[in-house]
Amino acid sequence: MSDAVRIDRRRFFQLTGGGIAVFVSLGPSALLSQEGRTGHPEDFNAYLLIGKDGRVTVFSGKIEMGQGVMTSQAQMVAEELGVALASIDMVLGDTDRCPFDRGTFGSLTTRMFGPALRAAAAEARLVLLRLASERLGAPPEKLVVENGVVSVVGESSRRVTYGELAEGKRITRVVDEKAVLRAVGQFQVMGSSPRRIDAPEKVTGRAKYAGDIRPAGMLYARILRPPAHGAKLGKLDTSAAEKREGVTLVQRDDLVAVLHADPEAASKALESVHAEWQVPDATVDNETIFEHLVKAGGTPEVKETRGDVAAGRAAAARVFETTYRKGYVAHAPMEPHAAVAELLDGKLTVWASTQTPFPTRDRIAQAVGLESKKVRVITPFLGGGFGGKSADRQALEAARLAQIVGKPVQVAWTREEEFFFDRFDPAAVVEIVSAIDGNGRISLWDSTVHAAGERGATPIYDIPNLRVRLSGRITYGDGTEALSLHPLAVGPWRAPGANMNAFAVESQIDIMASAAGADPLEFRLRHIKDPRMRRVLQAAADAFDWKSGAGPSGKGRAVACSVDAGAYDALMAEVRVEPADGTVRVDRIVCAQDMGIVVNPDGARMQIEGAIAMGLGYALSEELRFRGGDVLDRNFKTYRIPRFSWVPRIEAVIVKNDELAPQGGGEPAIVSTGAVIANAVFDATGARICRLPLTPERVREGIAASKTGR
Amino acid sequence: MKMSVQFRLNGKPTTVRTDGERLLLWVLRTDLDLTGTKYGCGIGECGACTVLVDRQAVLACQTPIKLVDGSEVVTIEGLARDGKLHPLQEAFVEHGGFQCGYCTPGMIMNACALLNREPRPSHAAIVKGMEGNLCRCGAHQRIVAAIEAASGSGKGGGS
Repeated sequence: MSDAVRIDRRRFFQLTGGGIAVFVSLGPSALLSQEGRTGHPEDFNAYLLIGKDGRVTVFSGKIEMGQGVMTSQAQMVAEELGVALASIDMVLGDTDRCPFDRGTFGSLTTRMFGPALRAAAAEARLVLLRLASERLGAPPEKLVVENGVVSVVGESSRRVTYGELAEGKRITRVVDEKAVLRAVGQFQVMGSSPRRIDAPEKVTGRAKYAGDIRPAGMLYARILRPPAHGAKLGKLDTSAAEKREGVTLVQRDDLVAVLHADPEAASKALESVHAEWQVPDATVDNETIFEHLVKAGGTPEVKETRGDVAAGRAAAARVFETTYRKGYVAHAPMEPHAAVAELLDGKLTVWASTQTPFPTRDRIAQAVGLESKKVRVITPFLGGGFGGKSADRQALEAARLAQIVGKPVQVAWTREEEFFFDRFDPAAVVEIVSAIDGNGRISLWDSTVHAAGERGATPIYDIPNLRVRLSGRITYGDGTEALSLHPLAVGPWRAPGANMNAFAVESQIDIMASAAGADPLEFRLRHIKDPRMRRVLQAAADAFDWKSGAGPSGKGRAVACSVDAGAYDALMAEVRVEPADGTVRVDRIVCAQDMGIVVNPDGARMQIEGAIAMGLGYALSEELRFRGGDVLDRNFKTYRIPRFSWVPRIEAVIVKNDELAPQGGGEPAIVSTGAVIANAVFDATGARICRLPLTPERVREGIAASKTGR
Repeated sequence: MKMSVQFRLNGKPTTVRTDGERLLLWVLRTDLDLTGTKYGCGIGECGACTVLVDRQAVLACQTPIKLVDGSEVVTIEGLARDGKLHPLQEAFVEHGGFQCGYCTPGMIMNACALLNREPRPSHAAIVKGMEGNLCRCGAHQRIVAAIEAASGSGKGGGS
């Protein structure tokens, strides 16, 4: 590990003025095994500081993008340290002040980083108790802590505050993550749902996002963009733009930008730039993409196999062959990418909307030719991420421009740029051959997943003969490998690949349940032994008031389930299909989720509700239209995301499981949303729609086909 | 062409000398340092830039500054009074009517206009009234609950 990314403890105290600091070393072994990553630096992964005023500052490389981790991390520290939530200050995603972190994604903050943070707080509590023991002349076991005050049991006048203990101290502690954590039964702050820490700022407009940062003398940059990905710049005439008052023009290699103190003036100047482009011929579009993916994805590799697929097929009473498809889906966060860069005395500070401040810092350093320690990335609030803010083109652009013009520069993408440069959830194809035997049990599963990756690809059901194959594995790196398969850049999108895999798997299970004349819930339970999954299915059925019967019942009710990020989810939905035009209206969704210990129940419910509301989009309307490298949908007028009238009553039921450490919460509930709606459309109409989204046109066609028996 | 535009902004008399065709959104965010009003789409499709002009919801990304001359403009920064949150702000906090918070100023301002128009809207009227405001985090049902609660308090209207 280089010095550039190591927190200098002496400098840390110079910055903070002393106190008691606790570092947690989260070695690479734990992260490598659980996150499947390489090259995670050996570093201190959490720290907190107790100041002489008794306030506790928590430094975390995780960022707040709406998922509520500012509050839940503070709760974890408050719980283990024994202080009031209100005495905690959070510093998130600042590469000069926070310990290294790979990024905020994968539902990992509470699951993976949480234990380290709690250990740091638990260790700090031990240190403080030891100091208090000396100060008060009483053994540690005779001491109690409440709201940052240590007192002797039965003698409340013998007391000392954390702030008094920290005063004048420069104590550092380094711990591993094995410290004894408080048990669920002891929880006072964890397990409760306090008011979110970010609430006051967010309802008053005080919350700062990257585009709200405005250093003195800042210029707004607008950058010349190609009409399509892969286009080459030909003739360029910037003379009209240069003549405009106050315009600074930058032309450096591939970067052509106009800058102005007024963002609208910068936009007008950009419009006056005349550029000619050579656009390559389009080879594939949003309709031909599926054939392309199957052809270009290469020979599928076997991911998992059990039993004997050939024997399973021979023993089959009925065989079902289905091909499922889904197009590219955009992240479309309400905040488009933005960054502000300022170069001051050789040090570059970049405020960026990024889910990965530390990797972004290193990429900026490389792009502008500075050492990493000469670059600081600060992450203000993010206006949504969903995986889409893991690349950092806008931050690199702002950094390069600030270096070139010598003034602070803001690059804030327009909505059109946001769509154009999105790294989409990949289009994908899943082919499944499955079978049931004469007893209505699944005897065969043979699937090939093209471009959706492995997450959720293997069914959770008890199937004796199974083979799952993958082609066109998702690789996110720098996108070049993916680009050889995909005409557009792709990247992680809330529960990457799992949404498509669950849609295919859970639709196929539903097809077999219907063919077997079985209730879809009963059919699932017949093939599931895992008690966690059985419990969430039962909990969903109770909340939903599930009435058994084979589909299609005409009622528009359905079930789907999934395991993702360590959480178990069962969803039940009720839909109506408008007979006139095929529009799907979702009236109600129940989600039962087992996510282990819950740090903040209301926060967890917000994530479940939000995931389902977002999932309505990929289920019902979202499919990016494109022709070659030309992105045809570039704003919300044609790319329709869920609106108020689409959102059903969503009931989130958290199935208690305090025996298990906290699991993922941001992603799991979106995984089965597409599947449960597709299954409910089948139950309502008898039409099995095998392509997402379920547009009115596809539903109408599906209904017509189901009536003529295909 | 430069002109002088005078209006009341969050209760204070304000004069901006500028090109009258400039959009209210950018004048607020740059000249007046009020960054609570957000850019979301630039074409009036998402509602993130919603402000009140004479008690009605207006999309600041579609409004030339000259049009607010002589008007009363309220942005999210002007809703709390004397450090006390507006009932809608309170209700958004209480009901968790936000996640990332980026659409929140526009949501609250549009809700404010809705309650100015219709102090006790039905659930359906709230859904209809908020249809033009996009939220990607999926806080919709809590936003509706917050607006219902704020209207129930009988103090829904903004300035």
